[in-house]
Amino acid sequence: MSPPAAETEAAAPSAPGRRGELSEGARQERRLGLLLCAPAVVVMVAVTAYPIAYAIYLSLQRYDLRFPDQAHWVGFGNYGAVLTSPFWWQALWVTVLITVVSVAVELVLGMALALVMHRAIFGRGTVRTAVLIPYGIVTVVAAYSWQYAWTPGTGYLAALLPAGSAPLTDQWQAIGLIILAEVWKTTPFMALLLLAGLALVPGETVRAAMVDGATFWQRLWLVILPLMKPAILVALLFRTLDAFRIFDNIYVLTGGSNDTGSVSILGYDNLFTALNLGIGSAISVLIFLCVAAIAFLFIKIFGAAAPGGEPERR
Amino acid sequence: MAEIVLDGITKRYPDGALAVRDFNLTIADGEFVILVGPSGCGKSTTLNMIAGLEDITEGTLRIDGRVVNDRAPKDRDIAMVFQSYALYPHMNVRDNMGFALRLAKVDKAVIRTKVEEAARILDLTQHLDRKPANLSGGQRQRVAMGRAIVRDPKAFLMDEPLSNLDAKLRVQMRTQIAALQRRLGTTTVYVTHDQVEAMTLGDRVVVMRGGLVQQVGTPQHLYDAPVNLFVAGFIGSPGMNFLGATLEQNALRTSLGDLAVDDRLRRLLERQDAPRELIVGIRPEDFEDAALVGERRTGQACTATVDVRESVGSDVYVHFTQEGGPAGITELAELAADSGLADTGMRGHRIVARLDPATRAAEGSPMDLWIDTSRIHVFDPATGANLTHPERAEY
Repeated sequence: MSPPAAETEAAAPSAPGRRGELSEGARQERRLGLLLCAPAVVVMVAVTAYPIAYAIYLSLQRYDLRFPDQAHWVGFGNYGAVLTSPFWWQALWVTVLITVVSVAVELVLGMALALVMHRAIFGRGTVRTAVLIPYGIVTVVAAYSWQYAWTPGTGYLAALLPAGSAPLTDQWQAIGLIILAEVWKTTPFMALLLLAGLALVPGETVRAAMVDGATFWQRLWLVILPLMKPAILVALLFRTLDAFRIFDNIYVLTGGSNDTGSVSILGYDNLFTALNLGIGSAISVLIFLCVAAIAFLFIKIFGAAAPGGEPERR
Repeated sequence: MAEIVLDGITKRYPDGALAVRDFNLTIADGEFVILVGPSGCGKSTTLNMIAGLEDITEGTLRIDGRVVNDRAPKDRDIAMVFQSYALYPHMNVRDNMGFALRLAKVDKAVIRTKVEEAARILDLTQHLDRKPANLSGGQRQRVAMGRAIVRDPKAFLMDEPLSNLDAKLRVQMRTQIAALQRRLGTTTVYVTHDQVEAMTLGDRVVVMRGGLVQQVGTPQHLYDAPVNLFVAGFIGSPGMNFLGATLEQNALRTSLGDLAVDDRLRRLLERQDAPRELIVGIRPEDFEDAALVGERRTGQACTATVDVRESVGSDVYVHFTQEGGPAGITELAELAADSGLADTGMRGHRIVARLDPATRAAEGSPMDLWIDTSRIHVFDPATGANLTHPERAEY
């Protein structure tokens, strides 16, 4: 299978070209449009643009809350400190590992669940509700129940392990359990997005493939998945962005000890535990850049439809 | 190429609904058979059962002598053309047409040759590297045909393949499909709700209604000797006119006057114990302007006021309204609903006559019409059976 990459140009909003040729009516309409957008723009500036700008401003200063008087401008010094620190690279490595593994597992499981939900003839509503339960539970609550379950002596899951094992205290086992908790929690979300994509595959096309002699797997690989590509890319984009910012599961399960912390945990520790606003803000800005890079990669390279963008033409 | 035998095929859905009841038909090798009927008559279900896309509840299906009831579609060696064409949008025309061969692990060079041969037949050579989205409706339809013919299957199954084309293109493609089928000689089962397509394409036509086969026969046979009201009304355009009639001594009394009953018809009616209340069917072409009919032809004259006159050049269609058309007949109500007549909200009972273009008929004025009484059909209102042609359908 060779997915044609070039055909799916991400739809970028094209600016209207000819300037100064607007009629009076068109200008009126544009003014009305701007006025109608204005309240939303003001709110967005207040809650998004200002915090981002302030975080960037803070990241360029040496600013420790314990010594607020000594705050001073250091330029990109904080970024240098973060990027040369082994803590950052360790956290980034753990984050990427968790992101890649959990999203990959979720994609496969989510696809399987979506196929089951799509084909369920009776009890469709019940199946969908049952599948969605993990997604409906607050992450922190779910994380605590995982933590209790894996705690030696009290947890029912720990009891299944050989005596003396404490999985949450070992780096690899803990990362595995963090990934398990992530997968358990967000696979339903993936399944729902993929189910919506599956509903877009025309039934006659699949039946045509059956008559053409395709087995179930051939139909899945050669017809259904290529036709679902836009939906899969959107699902992957959302989940990757989400997974990269993982915080609550790690915070509850290990607190980031034994080298299990993600970049978000590292940022939190620096900002709120060490009260180092400069370094913490620099980490936040770096996370922001990573997330932006992931989104850019998906939209520009793989051709995922940007959320809110024009639907892809085929 | 193969013979297809449907032996007592029945489709019952889990909720108990019967989609197809006891369908018996032997489709000869190389034959072009049309399944026609209004929507919901079970024609597509029958086709899907032949394809293997739907399970057969009862009966046996044999293709080329083998029972294939439990075989998956891929093991039946049949090709299907769908109404939506069902092309693979992510593949170009070449890959679409070669997909089945690729799955069958046919040698690449062979696939290439076969696809190019089919593209040449269908005039698609210059479009081979384009995606379906960049093709016109007619071109997509041809790709769907091409996908079927490259495989050289035992049979072609076509599910309303021309319904998504505009009227003009549909007529062109209809001719092309007929020529292609004759050239390839592949057994073909074709589903349509359009009786004109059915009449022009098929060697034999199967008329279905409510999951039951009504009649099987050549297009001309269905037209000349429909077994019941439904077939009579469904086949032919404009459709047959129906009038309530009372059987008198030597005539059928209708709102258009008394229609003489000749000896042959009287004997037929007597032998079948015909009731006194009957339905008379008259095809539009069995009317003529009385002024244009020579004295020597036997028939019946009557007078009616012309509502609408439509000239199509070769013929003139004259519409007039009669009170007291046959009422409460489910077949006729169904036909009216299917043709959209029920939605026009017209009062009274509409009669259409096809006249010679020399007629002087004018809208709003009365005219003398002549009816060819030797060609009328008489139906039993209770059973719908055609009493004029009592022989059962030829299978």
